[in-house]
Amino acid sequence: MYRQGSRLLMRATAAAGARLRVTAGSRAASQAFSTEVTEAPVVDSSFIEAWKKAAPNIDPPKTPLAFMKPRPPNPSSIPSKLTLNFVLPYQSEISNKEVDMAIIPATTGQMGVLPGHVATIAELKPGVLSVHEGNEVTKYFVSSGFAFIHANSYADIVAVEAVSLDRIDLSLVQKGLADFTQKLNSAVTDLEKAEAQVGVEVHSALNAALTG
Amino acid sequence: MAMAALRREGRRFLLSSASSTPITARSAISSEESCLFGARSISTQIVRNRMKSVRNIQKITKAMKMVAASKLRGVQTKTENSRGLWQPFVALLGDGLSVDVKKNVVITVSSDKGLCGGINSTSVKVSKALTRVYSGPEKENKYVILGEKGKAQLVRDSKNSIELSISELQKNPLNYTQVAVLADDILKNVEFDALRIVFNKFHSVVSFPPTVSTVLSPEVVEKESEAGGRLGDLDLYEIEGGETKSEVLQNLTEFQFSCVLFNAVLENGCSELGARMSAMDSSSKNAGEMLDRLTLTYNRTRQASITTELIEIISGASALEG
Repeated sequence: MYRQGSRLLMRATAAAGARLRVTAGSRAASQAFSTEVTEAPVVDSSFIEAWKKAAPNIDPPKTPLAFMKPRPPNPSSIPSKLTLNFVLPYQSEISNKEVDMAIIPATTGQMGVLPGHVATIAELKPGVLSVHEGNEVTKYFVSSGFAFIHANSYADIVAVEAVSLDRIDLSLVQKGLADFTQKLNSAVTDLEKAEAQVGVEVHSALNAALTG
Repeated sequence: MAMAALRREGRRFLLSSASSTPITARSAISSEESCLFGARSISTQIVRNRMKSVRNIQKITKAMKMVAASKLRGVQTKTENSRGLWQPFVALLGDGLSVDVKKNVVITVSSDKGLCGGINSTSVKVSKALTRVYSGPEKENKYVILGEKGKAQLVRDSKNSIELSISELQKNPLNYTQVAVLADDILKNVEFDALRIVFNKFHSVVSFPPTVSTVLSPEVVEKESEAGGRLGDLDLYEIEGGETKSEVLQNLTEFQFSCVLFNAVLENGCSELGARMSAMDSSSKNAGEMLDRLTLTYNRTRQASITTELIEIISGASALEG
């Protein structure tokens, strides 16, 4: 079934030419994407052969790809919704939810992600992540992490810590900001300076998120 | 004459019961010998002592199973919540299993405590086989071991390839910060082209297959993306943030490693508890069966001694009358 998908894909990419991508379309046509699964058995079989030669009596170990639901291949037209995955170490906050838009706090500034966005790897800085679904907006304050936007309108956001904005206390934030600014001014070693700098950045971002 | 024959019967009866339970054979024979030398009753003390110790063992293993079951419930929810953490990375970078690299570092996740069945041996076997798969000219394989049991097994024959070994991981309940610090330590002290994390993934209480997760170093990722293949379309992704692509890839690798390690340690902890549950369960069952057999032997020994005493009394009385 997936093989059919890739064949349709090749035809679609050849027909559509340069799609929504900014980069070379010809290379896109000739390669299968890492979000496809047809490649997976081919790659694993060479490992399994090497395994059988080295350790014939032991079963080959499983790999993470076997435990994951495969992602759909890149569609030929822009889908209407963005499928969002927002994961934290202790919880999957949002998993495979169809949303209209997500605004993520990348290090280069706030980035709006709509369906059909170009494939991107973005590093995140402490800031507000807002998820727009119809009329409702959910806001989270994320500490930092990474965001991957794939060409099939799947967005994965991995963060270390995230809280919804209504759980943050403004007075504590301002106190923390004052504390860390003071520590930054009185810091002696590089390590102390770096720690105080991080504290100042996070607290000012928190402040801006709550007041702005 | 009749008395001697009856006594012989008694002896044969004892020996036959002894042969069916070889453990108690020695005790039965010794108690039978004490009878030969004129003692009144056969000592059941030995069997009784053995029964008491087996009963205690059964209680202990049952308690260990309960403890493991209650701990498992807590860790299992944590593990299932952390399962989403590595999926974005695998979706982006793929598996990386058959990527050919020069320096392989195999990170074996094992437990600190024993009595957990065969999971540590399986992990060590898989790690050793992995180094064989990735061996070749100019290639180097090193180990980083988490957990005492893995260290004990690997130190025996691969002492020189062990780069780093860490223990007492499960002392405090695991959280991401602790694992992040650990990952940082490993990344600082170990040179690698590819990190292969071997752990037991928790499927259910009876099934924990060994799994390998790969984290490639940023240089290898760049090389592979330029060479094409699975990571080939990494180039098609635009990079936001950081000055150069390699800086972002460096951060990405470190973040990926800490996330994957966090999930691996949690899953292995779950598998260890599940394996301990089933090992202690079969142990209690065995102890119960042993106790049943011992009880039968005990009763037979006791009845035989009563019978012997009765015979002696009755034959003595009939000798006086007749």
